Amino acid sequence: MAVKKFVVGSFDDEAVLFPAVKKVRAAGYKIHDVYTPFPVHGLDHALGLRETSLHTAGFIYGITGTTTALSFMSWVFTTDWPMNIGGKPHFPLPAFIPITFELTVLFSAVGMVMTFMYLCQMAPFVKKHIFHPRQTDDLFVMAIELTEKTPAADVKAFLDSVGAKEINEQTVEAGWWIGRFDKEDKLFSRPAAPVNA
Amino acid sequence: MNKRSPGSDPGMSKAQNTMHLKYESTLREPLIDGVKDYHQVTEDIISPIEAKPGKLWYIGLFISVLLLLFGVFSVTWEVYWGTGVWNLNKTIGWGWDITNFVWWVGIGHAGTLISAILLLFRQGWRTGVNRAAEAMTIFAVMCAGQFPIWHMGRVWMAFFVMPYPNTRGPLWVNFNSPLLWDVFAISTYFTVSLLFWYSGLLPDFATVRDRAKTKLRKYLYGVASFGWTGSTKHWQRHESLSLVLAGLSTPLVLSVHTIVSFDFATSVIPGWHTTIFPPYFVAGAIFSGFAMVQTLLIITRKILGLEDYITLGHVEAMNKVIVLTGSIVGVAYLTELFMAWYSGVQYEFDTFYKFRAAGPLGWSYWIMMTCNVISPQVFWFRKMRRNIMVTFIMSIIVNIGMWFERFVIICTSLYRDYLPSSWSYYRPSWPEVGFYLGTFGLFFTCYFLFAKYFPVIAVAEIKSILKTSGQNFKEKMDVYEEQDAEKFAHDQAHH
Repeated sequence: MAVKKFVVGSFDDEAVLFPAVKKVRAAGYKIHDVYTPFPVHGLDHALGLRETSLHTAGFIYGITGTTTALSFMSWVFTTDWPMNIGGKPHFPLPAFIPITFELTVLFSAVGMVMTFMYLCQMAPFVKKHIFHPRQTDDLFVMAIELTEKTPAADVKAFLDSVGAKEINEQTVEAGWWIGRFDKEDKLFSRPAAPVNA
Repeated sequence: MNKRSPGSDPGMSKAQNTMHLKYESTLREPLIDGVKDYHQVTEDIISPIEAKPGKLWYIGLFISVLLLLFGVFSVTWEVYWGTGVWNLNKTIGWGWDITNFVWWVGIGHAGTLISAILLLFRQGWRTGVNRAAEAMTIFAVMCAGQFPIWHMGRVWMAFFVMPYPNTRGPLWVNFNSPLLWDVFAISTYFTVSLLFWYSGLLPDFATVRDRAKTKLRKYLYGVASFGWTGSTKHWQRHESLSLVLAGLSTPLVLSVHTIVSFDFATSVIPGWHTTIFPPYFVAGAIFSGFAMVQTLLIITRKILGLEDYITLGHVEAMNKVIVLTGSIVGVAYLTELFMAWYSGVQYEFDTFYKFRAAGPLGWSYWIMMTCNVISPQVFWFRKMRRNIMVTFIMSIIVNIGMWFERFVIICTSLYRDYLPSSWSYYRPSWPEVGFYLGTFGLFFTCYFLFAKYFPVIAVAEIKSILKTSGQNFKEKMDVYEEQDAEKFAHDQAHH
């Protein structure tokens, strides 16, 4: 069973966390992830994460909705069954606008939320590894993955020097439940072959 | 989400160290009272979920369920005997049912307004009230949806409103009809509001899960939280999602009541056939929605002890919205009266001056005027805006007024027809009243369950404004004000 080893440091103030992230990265340690109880602005950049493209996905879903609504209504009223409704035109574009707008919003919102859930690997009944129970309460939790070049004692000492309040070592079975920042992890499935059995 | 200049190493710039030091003028009153830290915020908002509910909660839930059951009985009666048990007739085809539909939809507008439009306007105070307001929106739209559905009479045919390939041709629905636009608008609004609300709830459910003492609670909130961890990347996406959903909901919320107003405005009935309807309906919806938020939150903050988070400042901010939208509605009423005279159309004139402001249903017009236009003017006074009792009473008066507005629009336009021989009068029968009471039952049953089992305030969002708007942090901001401008600008620089 493939396992990963982490040194987990907890910070109680984002003012301490920011310089700590910077120092840990400069020292060359591999930050697995930082868990925060609320969105800390700028932390994504400090960790070197790229911008999310979720909004682009939202735009694509939106125009899909626009096209679906407009083309469907036009097809129904001009081709499939051109009905005479009070002598009104068969292609009343202004009358199509409300439904077109609603479907644009609907497709975009539903699509974005589904994409968000997929990217973050979230669904009902999904259980993930929680490094510290207070990471959703008041602690900012930094998990550093241990490699051969970074022994636990060094990392612990380093985290202590940058102001972590609580430091411990954790061994976790590798998989999507610890986050999907590793290429070898398949989504929602156990690793096919043990990495170092 | 700040743009970074190309080539620079993100996270290594000096400004990153000071990003947390956000400053807010000390002239603004704190949005979170008392001495708080992050843990205290969690404690204050989550602990009512973990405690046993009080006697009042059981009594409230019991009454709500009784009302709901009475509503179910009334509707069953109506479905069994047909819509004939309602006092609708040839002249007055829309009565209490559509009045109540528009009323509930209107109430359902404040939640998304607070969560979406105020998010785009960067109004910090929304964080204290958005969760409950969005919940209220969802429950109100659920209630609203009942009326057109059961009004169909042969409700087992309700699916006919959906455009689907059918064996009748296929005969499609009429895409030109505002009633069909309504089907799309309301169902989209409900879906998007629900998604917006629930995606905001995920981190807070995770907070409840991670501090749960009992196995059952840990399991249930674990299921509800979808496995949220608080990872930085997830937060980044969550922020992006919230922002775009807010951007989508803003025109959506305006479109929904616009389309509801089209149900009337696209007809040729005097009193309905006006171009003023969309903005007038939207303003009215926000007006009544905020009033309902006040009614609920004034009770909720008291019972759950959340006065530190829903402060007098929040109440005042909402009262400002009420006086603004109430006055817009007032202007609309006067404009209607003016246009009825100025247009020179005999039918419009008669509807407004003979059958609305006077006539057998004239009393409802004056109740509307008093409740919606005259009484909210007390909120021009700061003392009144910050008075809890006045606000609570006003919030109920406003909703009575807004109910009568819909009643006036619908019934006083219909009861005097083009054909005087079909002139009629309308009063509801017991199944109509029972149906209305039943939706109160549904609404409050949902709200009571929400208030007990859900975090009624967005915990994560409160934490993110704590250091700028919390009282104990604001008190320290004098230090920044004493700095010279250059140093201040340097420290607060955003990248």
